[in-house]
Amino acid sequence: MEKNINDTERIVSIAAAGALIGFGIKRRDTLGFVLGLAGGLLAYRGATGHSHVYQAAGISTRPSPNPRSPYKGWFSGKAHVTHSITINRSVSDLYHFWRNFENLPVFMKHLESVSSIDETRSHWKSKAPMGYTVEWDAEVTSEIENKRIGWRSLEGADIANSGVVEFLPTEDRGTILKVVMTYEAPAGRLGSLAAKLFGEEPGQQVAEDLRRFKSLMETDSIMKVEGQPSGRAADALPVIIAARDIVH
Amino acid sequence: MDVPDPTILNSRDAIIKITTTAICGSDLHLYNGYIPTMEAGDILGHEFMGEVVEVGAGVSNLNIGDRVVVPFTIACGNCFFCKRDLWSACDNSNPTPETLETLYGYAGSGLFGYSHMQGGFAGGQAEYVRVPFADVGPMKLPAHLEDEQVVFLSDIFPTGYMAAENCNIQPGDTVAVWGGGPVGQFAVKSAFMLGAEKVVLIDHYEDRLDLAARENENLTTINFDDVEIYDRLKELTGGRGPDSCIDAVGLEAHGTSPDAIYDRVKTALYLATDRAHALRQAIFCCRKGGTVSIPGVYGGLLDKFNFGAAFGKGLTFKMGQTNMHKYMPSLLSAIEEGKIDPRFVISHRMTLDEAPEAYDKFNTEKNDWRKVVLKP
Repeated sequence: MEKNINDTERIVSIAAAGALIGFGIKRRDTLGFVLGLAGGLLAYRGATGHSHVYQAAGISTRPSPNPRSPYKGWFSGKAHVTHSITINRSVSDLYHFWRNFENLPVFMKHLESVSSIDETRSHWKSKAPMGYTVEWDAEVTSEIENKRIGWRSLEGADIANSGVVEFLPTEDRGTILKVVMTYEAPAGRLGSLAAKLFGEEPGQQVAEDLRRFKSLMETDSIMKVEGQPSGRAADALPVIIAARDIVH
Repeated sequence: MDVPDPTILNSRDAIIKITTTAICGSDLHLYNGYIPTMEAGDILGHEFMGEVVEVGAGVSNLNIGDRVVVPFTIACGNCFFCKRDLWSACDNSNPTPETLETLYGYAGSGLFGYSHMQGGFAGGQAEYVRVPFADVGPMKLPAHLEDEQVVFLSDIFPTGYMAAENCNIQPGDTVAVWGGGPVGQFAVKSAFMLGAEKVVLIDHYEDRLDLAARENENLTTINFDDVEIYDRLKELTGGRGPDSCIDAVGLEAHGTSPDAIYDRVKTALYLATDRAHALRQAIFCCRKGGTVSIPGVYGGLLDKFNFGAAFGKGLTFKMGQTNMHKYMPSLLSAIEEGKIDPRFVISHRMTLDEAPEAYDKFNTEKNDWRKVVLKP
């Protein structure tokens, strides 16, 4: 029998089954019997991973497996990200810096490297939560100089993604950069949520990356604060303190 | 305690060897735990000056040996806000804006020594400090002015001045100032500098009122332990109320009226909102159509805020962290021309090693401990 229920749902089914059966047994009446039966059915679907109801309806909640992905899909889901930021530089400056994708890792913290394959195609390598790396090829689907760059990842990408970057001039405050992208979160919506909690959710990353891009373009630098002195143990100078004590 | 010396981290940094620094009333908010995102080991201090000892490759307007005073707000000089003289709103000087964005919607600039939500920059109550955007912030000083005359250009003098400027003082105006701490003292002087006909200082520490009276010929003082503020102000202004009111007290306002006690109970019960006693009074006492100017630091939410009064009287509110870079050059000129000698606010001179004691006394003995200047 082919599995058509995804893993999360299976676990939930079994857990619910346990609860219902336990509850049903305690009650010694018709309702208890019905609940126990329902629990049994849930246990069956959870254990086998197959639902006749789903089969009849022709649906499955299992994601299609990607043999290269290190993630076991829980359920698949597309996530959308939209971010705008205003940068006090000309449209042309911003467009040309961005179009040379090899520049992107300078301000996109999670990108390890980007290398051009040809005029429109490039190879991307990115860090992902929990120490994994993610790689994919992408191609430029549309480009209008000083206006927009559209892209999409190619077949076989760990995280399928596509989007558009637009460069919109303003009267007197530089350029509005607008990023709209869609990506297939590796562990679906659940993974996207978990990643958000750990501060690594792609939507958040895009916001921070754009802020770093703005800083880079407006001030030629990305502000660093790591490496500053503090009174914390990690920064302390135990040798010097010891010498002072000895002198005393 | 010993900490490592700061180093150049960005090419537009400079390292300053600190010659004089001070403790600010707003440092007490950190000391008393009102400002979140502090971590043990953070270096405090945002009022400092000294000598340039190292410059990054991107700084061409400073030389080693230059004597400078540094504004407490960090600004890049090239964003929407810096370009419009809103330096304390700089977009690029706060590398950790997430907390402030969550709290306020958008994040203000980085500040020296004022918690991680304001950038986590190591402050200047130290021997050395790293100054980002050193080609924008630090202001060079003439050799003939001694440290104590100019160190307050780092924060409190421009803060008091901006508070007065925000009042949009017109000829014949009366300006009422709540709070005779150093910012209030500078606000009073600035109000006179900007042409106020009458200035009234409100406090309950006699020493502060006396100091201001000695320093300013036309000043009227109100000790609110003796006199009802509203009545007295009404009397002083021919029944109208002051044209503008400056709240130079901020979030730790003390008082014994019911609303102040309510504030304090909430703080004790960890239900704290900012204690806005002085601000409520300012709103109540201000004339119709007047301005309430707020340099005093607020951080969170206000409770029991008489907004109806503000609406009913059509008040204008102006506030915010000081846009330092806008004011520093002209205020330095004022000092050079002898229009003001900022040294009058100093009450204690100590060494950096004595800082812990200084904080303690500054926090508890408000009457005597007005402004502490520290030398490393």
